[in-house]
Amino acid sequence: MIVADKKPIEEIIGYVQDANRILILGCNECVTVCEAGGKKEVGVLASALRMHFLQQGREVKVDERTLERQCDHEYLEEIRDIADQYDAIVSLACGVGIQFTAEKYHSRPVYPGVDTCFLGVTEERGVWTERCQACGKCVLAETGAVCPVSRCAKRLLNGPCGGSTNGKCELNPELPCAWQLIIDRLTALNRLDEYEKLMPIKDWSTDRAGGPRKVVREDVQS
Amino acid sequence: MRLSYPSDIKIIRVPCTGKVDVLHLLHSIEKGADGVCVVGCLEGDCRFKSGNLKARKRVEQAQKILDTIGIGGERVAMYNLSSGEGPLFAQYAREMHEKILSLGPNPIKAHRKKAA
Repeated sequence: MIVADKKPIEEIIGYVQDANRILILGCNECVTVCEAGGKKEVGVLASALRMHFLQQGREVKVDERTLERQCDHEYLEEIRDIADQYDAIVSLACGVGIQFTAEKYHSRPVYPGVDTCFLGVTEERGVWTERCQACGKCVLAETGAVCPVSRCAKRLLNGPCGGSTNGKCELNPELPCAWQLIIDRLTALNRLDEYEKLMPIKDWSTDRAGGPRKVVREDVQS
Repeated sequence: MRLSYPSDIKIIRVPCTGKVDVLHLLHSIEKGADGVCVVGCLEGDCRFKSGNLKARKRVEQAQKILDTIGIGGERVAMYNLSSGEGPLFAQYAREMHEKILSLGPNPIKAHRKKAA
């Protein structure tokens, strides 16, 4: 999932300071799972903003709405009839949802309510870690399903480097060395001989090096 | 025991303090409560293992938010006691009551009246 973190309330207050009608727009997908932008977080932010403005002597209308997703036209259309009522929309979706909302409601200012962090997993409640950088050319088949692009600080394709000590990365003693994980995994799979093969130079044009990316699937297009 | 505690404290019963969410605390203040205290079992004695520990974290979150928006986090508090400690409950109730009296009424109420 896409992992996001809550933005400080004071930062959001700064964005919407002059607005009189604000819509807090949550998303029921990834940001709900990582507890940054779901229905509950929408309620907390809306309540905090209402109290903040009342404290300043202003009764600002702060409404709450949470969509199934903000990255699909059909769900974003659900606010078509009400979007014009607001001076500002604060989207608690990931950066994708925030931008798509802004594209769809061009005349309304849309502000981010979260900081979008990475593609990751829930290690335990309240702890999320990165697993994928969406490089566009997956190498997991060769690495025992441990990603060196997202989990190695140097993105090494033939590791580990000299900074790997006792299975940890030199960047942080708590950070596992991705290449140690790959070796451990290949050993467990009895495929360590594959570690001997050098990985060829990766085609980074499918990563950000090729600019903004696009996937077109004619087989599913209508 | 027939212990007395300030009569303007309203008790809302929940199955476990773990049920209390940040949203409940914020909505209470937004709707005009002068203060909210969450009274849970002693830490380590939760029947549901960690309900009171979760409640404490949520109280701390609410305090942080209330501090940020200028209402004051001290209007929300967490206390722990066992169900057999009636006198301590009365003492905590009086403590909270005195704290709220010293803080004065919830500023939201006055501003809402002005705005209306």
